[in-house]
Amino acid sequence: MTLVEVSDFQVTLDRGGRAIVDEVGFTMEAGEIVALVGESGSGKTTIGTALLGFFRSGASPASGRIVVDGQDVLAMDVAELRAARGSLISYVPQDPTTALNPALRVGEQVLEVLAAHRTDGSRAEWREEVRAIFAEVQLPSTDEFLQRFPHQLSGGQQQRVCIAASLVARPRLIVFDEPTTGLDVTTQAYVLDVVRSVCSRHDIAALYITHDLAVVAAIADRVMVAYSGHLVETGRAAELFAAPREEYTRELLEAIPDLDRPRPSAAGAVAAVDGAAPAAPVLAVKDLTARYGRKTALHGVELSVRPGHCLAVVGESGSGKTTLGRCIIGLMDSYDGAVELAGETLPRSVRRRTRRQHQELQYVFQNPYASLNPRQTIGHSLAVPLKGLGGVGGAALDSQIGDALEKVRLPRSVMHQYPGELSGGERQRVAIARALASGPKVLVCDEITSALDVSVQASIVDLLHELQVQEQLALLFVTHNLALTRWIADEVMVMRSGRVVESGPCDQVLTQPTDAYTQRLLDSTPRLAAVAG
Amino acid sequence: MSAEDLTASIETLENEGVLHRLPPEPAPAPGEAVPKPSARRHLWIVRRLAYTVVSLLVVSILVFGATQILPGDAANAILGNQATPKALAQMRAQLGLDQPITAQYLSWITGALHGDFGTSLTLNEPVSQVLAEKVRNSGVLLLLTVIVIVPVSVLLGVYTAVKRDKLFDTATLSVLMVVSALPEFVLGIFLVVIFSTGLMHLFPATALLAADQNPLSTPNALVLPVAVLVLVSVPYLTRLIRASMIEVLDSDYVQNARLKGISERRILFRHALPNALVPPVQALAETLAYLVGGVVVVEYLFAYPGLGTALTDAVSGRDLPMVQASTLLLATVYMVVNLLADVATVYLTPKLRTATS
Repeated sequence: MTLVEVSDFQVTLDRGGRAIVDEVGFTMEAGEIVALVGESGSGKTTIGTALLGFFRSGASPASGRIVVDGQDVLAMDVAELRAARGSLISYVPQDPTTALNPALRVGEQVLEVLAAHRTDGSRAEWREEVRAIFAEVQLPSTDEFLQRFPHQLSGGQQQRVCIAASLVARPRLIVFDEPTTGLDVTTQAYVLDVVRSVCSRHDIAALYITHDLAVVAAIADRVMVAYSGHLVETGRAAELFAAPREEYTRELLEAIPDLDRPRPSAAGAVAAVDGAAPAAPVLAVKDLTARYGRKTALHGVELSVRPGHCLAVVGESGSGKTTLGRCIIGLMDSYDGAVELAGETLPRSVRRRTRRQHQELQYVFQNPYASLNPRQTIGHSLAVPLKGLGGVGGAALDSQIGDALEKVRLPRSVMHQYPGELSGGERQRVAIARALASGPKVLVCDEITSALDVSVQASIVDLLHELQVQEQLALLFVTHNLALTRWIADEVMVMRSGRVVESGPCDQVLTQPTDAYTQRLLDSTPRLAAVAG
Repeated sequence: MSAEDLTASIETLENEGVLHRLPPEPAPAPGEAVPKPSARRHLWIVRRLAYTVVSLLVVSILVFGATQILPGDAANAILGNQATPKALAQMRAQLGLDQPITAQYLSWITGALHGDFGTSLTLNEPVSQVLAEKVRNSGVLLLLTVIVIVPVSVLLGVYTAVKRDKLFDTATLSVLMVVSALPEFVLGIFLVVIFSTGLMHLFPATALLAADQNPLSTPNALVLPVAVLVLVSVPYLTRLIRASMIEVLDSDYVQNARLKGISERRILFRHALPNALVPPVQALAETLAYLVGGVVVVEYLFAYPGLGTALTDAVSGRDLPMVQASTLLLATVYMVVNLLADVATVYLTPKLRTATS
């Protein structure tokens, strides 16, 4: 039975009338899980929330029909929409930390859905239903747990509360808007499991919005690929992955880091290093134990990186991987042990390090939206490290800024722009250019691609690879994404609760892990092959 | 700040005992007891009270010190400029002013703690007795004003936020802007002109109270002073609530509540308002502190015998015991009101409520 029928659907901006979603049409069967894949700006969230008759302010439906279970969503008035939302069609948001009300108890936030939609029954009966739903999404159903506030739950638990709220009134369709994007891989695997089982048990159809094709492999029957407001390709997941018809789908598939597949361009780096005798490590960390107050964040961590090599530090949140990066760069100085740069022990605090040490050891931050001063032009931001090299000014400085931008594949004209005028990927390139401007030997990259789209991530990773080879740059690449290490790293170090659980050459760790935790991470990481193979 | 930075700084806070988080997964097994946070909460309030007491002691030292620095002393003030040095010395000995300054402070603060602030130099009555009346009068004014401004500014703030950029919103904002740009004496004079002279004789222009008279016995006389104070405070609070409400209405959790099919009324009053009230609560505390001692102009305009007037009179009359006592009293009110605001903030923010040490 066809549950959802969207035809010739268009959304336009109120100002200017530009279409942000155009000529979109698809159907969904009852109980079917369909993935909607796309990058930022593809219109995937607009399409998803349109199924609930919701449009962000400034955008409105211009034409087309959306019929869910025989009802025309776009023709509903306010009261009809309110009645349909949560009971016929429900929604699971991207970020549960902001989507749950911080001032309401989690049980109440699920129960209120029943209170809004049920005409019969009492609060006591509804509370029993909430308990049942909590149990179903594998949350504790005790009074104590229902009485908690969102901040007292972990990210995975918060997301399951959102799923419970979307389920409790027994809808026919749930729109999942990137529900696992902010979660660790092991938590993500768990949440995906919950989604799959509740949908099949209750015969609920799901539209699963995501930017991650590998996640799709784990969950969806059918896949729709969105690109700049259009659905460019639709098909059964296995067929679409095996033989994408559209150029864009192919690019997207290639851009996704996959454990089973090294990045094609990665071959060059290894060859370049093989020729010479192994150089001495340029960065070494010896027996590093870091503390926040009485709590130990890192326990005796050891590592070394040689010139032209990349060491990936992998771990979930709380593993201490960012603390490690901050100890190395000197932003965190309460540690024992030593950080050595080219054989000399660095002072702990970044303020005590010499200018030369600053220049040789550089850091790129996770969030390109926050790491550039929004009130300074790109040129101004880049001039700071270049001036630090001494003596450059005027026209010579401008030409050096231009060179620095070209090195990261940005046009020279970007120097006159402000960060707000650039995309996330462009900003991260600027941040890399700024780190490279002083001619470092070692670059510490802290999750630098996690805020970016997969295609942008792929191009940043390619860029780092080239720099690594051309400039014999040593990279310390901190990431939570095990599949990404396959692309960039020569060696991998897996961390958990402040300890190194396993380290070694990338191929070895990723194919023959010796540690059970590494194995679990590998098992939780979604693979394209799960569908295509 | 990245998510990990945040985690790191939260960890620091936890270690320093500032924050306490419940353990994340695994959740406690069914039936497992979780310590009640109420004991900790009370501990927090007790500690906060202790800080307040210490701050007040510091204020008392500063107040006492400041009155010592003022030119002239109590003996001067009593005997006037023509007094002979001998008479002055006698008077000083009588008042204890020849004692070391620490001894003077200790005797003053001990008395103050027992409710004895000495005798007013100008009125020749016990300071506590004089001030008790003023406190009552100011208290009545304050209470009535608060009873009006809280609901009015909450309703106006919420409504303008909901109707943002519509005609009602822009019109209200413009009117509030004009009102808040007018000094309080101008507002007062307008009200007097309209309501108690020429046009209408609805309310008396002054609130002349007999020494022992409770202001509530002449409610008519309170209308105009309260009205001025309401007009002075409401624009500020309304704009704050509106801004805060708009931010909350744009939040993900409000959008999510809409997508759950929750009624608009519940979204406004259960989802949005409790979160939107946090910044205005602090502002309300400032407003209250101002209403107690800072409304000299309004008190003067309506000849209302409040605390503000008492303080200015005491300063101009060099009535040091009165100055000391009323300053200390205002400081106490200020701190208590802020303490209440902090408690309210903690109450409105579960994260703070369940995360104290």
